[in-house]
Amino acid sequence: MASLLEEFEVHALSGPLFSVGGHPVAFTNSALFMFLAIIAGTALMTLAMRPQALVPGRWQMVAETIYNTISKLVEGAAGKKAKPFFPFIFSIFIFIMFCNLFGLIPGALTVTSHIIVNLGLALLLFLVIFITGFARHGLHFLHIFLPKGVPMALAPFLIVIELISFLVRPFSLSIRLFANMLAGHILLQVFAGMIVSLLAAGWLAGLSVLPLIANIAITGFEFFVALLQAYIYTILSAVYLRDAIEMH
Amino acid sequence: MEGSVKLLGAGIAMVGSLGAGIGLGLIFSAWITAIARNPSAESKFSFIGYLGFAVTELVLLMCFVIAIMLMKSS
Repeated sequence: MASLLEEFEVHALSGPLFSVGGHPVAFTNSALFMFLAIIAGTALMTLAMRPQALVPGRWQMVAETIYNTISKLVEGAAGKKAKPFFPFIFSIFIFIMFCNLFGLIPGALTVTSHIIVNLGLALLLFLVIFITGFARHGLHFLHIFLPKGVPMALAPFLIVIELISFLVRPFSLSIRLFANMLAGHILLQVFAGMIVSLLAAGWLAGLSVLPLIANIAITGFEFFVALLQAYIYTILSAVYLRDAIEMH
Repeated sequence: MEGSVKLLGAGIAMVGSLGAGIGLGLIFSAWITAIARNPSAESKFSFIGYLGFAVTELVLLMCFVIAIMLMKSS
């Protein structure tokens, strides 16, 4: 069981660079892959749009498709007034998508398979929601916990339930992504272990092609899950942002 | 095989994925029916479909997280 979780370990790639509050901070493999995701995302959007052709070539079409999909998503889920938040939501999507995809490289660390990374992103999103809500609506923002047309007798229970479901949102966002990434990689490792066990069993060695085929199929599925989970995180971020902008 | 009650607990925790499986089947059946009835409005269904899939899948993943937590606890 311990060896299954070995690929998720964070280890330092350099010596301690500086210290924060007594804890030494080094450049870790987690930081490396976060940097790679940002560099890849920036390179995709800037280099692909260099030709600026009216009829897009292949790379320009990729960049434009991603831009248009997320733009329509933000407008559909969060409303027209959410246009200023589009760079934020887009950055979240690009970061999570590239972190998920780079995790599928053998030997690479999946940054989003650590709950703390996802929780940090989700809490950042909710900080933005809080600040936007209170800045735009003032104390009236607290009315999202009390939907219209509710009889006053029911109000205390409803406020508690709505408050709890609101506070659970960043955790559910982050756990969804974390568990999907964790489960996908553990599944790949389990099947890979089966290949090795069958090969070592001598007379069953021919059967080891079956877990290999399953592993290939699961890797393909994991590519789809990586993209889908980034898309779902972005949809839900936009939906939660709508509460801060419109429903007050 | 040497085990502990932790492993048993992890196994019982995964029974919750039954509900998630049924829920996912319901979501996709409604999604397929909606597309079949009105293929031209497919883009409207895709948003709520992915949303429903994600929220239902979360139940499955919560079960999995509890199982992992039980296996890794000391």
